[in-house]
Amino acid sequence: MTAVAERKVVRGATRPSRRREGMAPGERGSTVLTVLIWLCAAYFVLPLVWLAIASTKDNTGLFTSFGFWFAGDFKLFDNLATLFSTRNGVFGLWGLNTILYSVCSGVGAALLSTAAGYAFAKYDFPGKRLWFAVVLGAIMIPTTALAIPTYLLFANAGLTNTVWAIILPSLVSPFGVYLMRVFAEESIPDSLIEAARIDGAGEFRIFAQISMRLLGPGIVTVLLFALVETWNNYFLPLIMLSDPGLFPLTVGLAQLQAASEAGGGASAQFSTVITGSMVSIVPLVIAFLYLQRYWQSGLSTGSVKE
Amino acid sequence: MTTASLPRRRRSTDQRRKHVAAYAFLLPFLLVFFAMLVVPLFYSGYLSLFRAQLVGGTAFVGLDNYARALSDPRFLEGVGRMALFLVVQVPVMLGLALLFALALDSGRVRGGKFARLAIFIPYAVPGVVTTLMWGYLYGRNFGPISQFFEAIGLGAPNLLSSDTILGSIMNIVTWQYIGYNMVIMYSALRAIPQELYEAARIDGAGQVRIAWSIKIPGIRSAILLTIIFSIIGSFQLFSEPKLLYEIAPNAIGTSFSPNLYAYNLAFTNQDLNYAAAIAFLLGFVIMIVSYVVQLSTNRRERGGAR
Repeated sequence: MTAVAERKVVRGATRPSRRREGMAPGERGSTVLTVLIWLCAAYFVLPLVWLAIASTKDNTGLFTSFGFWFAGDFKLFDNLATLFSTRNGVFGLWGLNTILYSVCSGVGAALLSTAAGYAFAKYDFPGKRLWFAVVLGAIMIPTTALAIPTYLLFANAGLTNTVWAIILPSLVSPFGVYLMRVFAEESIPDSLIEAARIDGAGEFRIFAQISMRLLGPGIVTVLLFALVETWNNYFLPLIMLSDPGLFPLTVGLAQLQAASEAGGGASAQFSTVITGSMVSIVPLVIAFLYLQRYWQSGLSTGSVKE
Repeated sequence: MTTASLPRRRRSTDQRRKHVAAYAFLLPFLLVFFAMLVVPLFYSGYLSLFRAQLVGGTAFVGLDNYARALSDPRFLEGVGRMALFLVVQVPVMLGLALLFALALDSGRVRGGKFARLAIFIPYAVPGVVTTLMWGYLYGRNFGPISQFFEAIGLGAPNLLSSDTILGSIMNIVTWQYIGYNMVIMYSALRAIPQELYEAARIDGAGQVRIAWSIKIPGIRSAILLTIIFSIIGSFQLFSEPKLLYEIAPNAIGTSFSPNLYAYNLAFTNQDLNYAAAIAFLLGFVIMIVSYVVQLSTNRRERGGAR
């Protein structure tokens, strides 16, 4: 067991210096490839640039100026003021709702997945293979196929149109359990658990004080996945909620857009929808850039260890 | 090992203590898993066997709803549309993602790290915002695509007509998920031992040969993972057509995708039983297609090994 742990450590230590972004000795950057890739990268960035520029225009500016350049007047702050004051500032409420739903679901899903993944990785118990097969099979179940029956069950229990209707279904993350099992197998040496047992530590104490600490990066990864999934979820809140005061940003923005389209070209709400879209992606884009190593480790664990 | 020297009674209570701990770690997840996933799944299956009568509640109708779905042109067209989507969009998206991953892994792209981030960033944008944004980009009111075509003297193309809307949605989904798939493949590529390349290089293999013979086979399981996730994702298409309906109602209609159809059946027509059958059937189609893909790639692998 120690030998395996050692090998992992060695591998982990040498991997970053193994090669500089895959560059083989004596090879240099290729200009053709660089230009091609950067042209493609432009396709991914330009729509967001358009969105950022469009959020500085009022409706007249949108119709009279070229999309990728600013209109004469800089209206971003006016747009923000309008956005946060329409319908008694409901947009701010939507933002808070989104944060509430995502954080609760993310933390809850990460804790449940961590405990379950740890049990699968570090214990032998009757039914282990069966339960794990069930969890893996559940990754394949399309979540939207469950949305309508879940809605009916919640309606019977009188839970639709409450925060629970969004948080409870988002707590289940079979893929999170799978990821945490792989993380736990990789990062917690059996010898460490064995040693703690001999020192008289109980199973829960070992989990809470030793294993959770070693699993830190894995927990963050699963938390981020669950958080983003709830942040981006549209179908579930759309069917569960009817009170605009409970909407998350996705449903609220969709409703604003529908209203602005119904108002026709003369409506003054295009700029509001565009600014709202802009505001709702800024936190996630920042979080992605800041926490990107967790994404990469999560996605690579999921794929390499399949 | 250490337990072998202990008296047998002590060992078996030890064993039982561990089983109890394992189930205690597993239980919270399993409870939520059953309540939020297994119960709705079976409830959906149960509902699909009934039909609401005009008079006197619901009646058991066996598999009638399924027979109805299998001869319902609106459902079948939706499934066909998603199959077309799958056959066209998924290979394009995954092919490009693989090319990007290989290009970035070769290390011959200058500024590769930033290009990787630029390609990945759309994944951070919620699907609702992505669709709203592309809806404006496609639109003829103030969309930059129309502006460009008019500036060079051509008529603006209608990207939201019934002929073009499927392609327009494919573009939206591709834009959003290429980076996600690329990161999965890229992470898997980084895990291939460098020595393999050196050996191939000594044998005189070029970059393309190395990519084809070592890198792509080396990340087979990662590629399979992206294929399965893409299949599940495309059949579940919902928010894109639901949101584009507001700006192009005639091109989308009420049954563009099976999920949109099920939603409209449940919440507009109040035909919950039939909607449950559609959702269940869709989940079944997804499972079969994923299974067939997995089976065929496994067979190819065995064939290749021979």
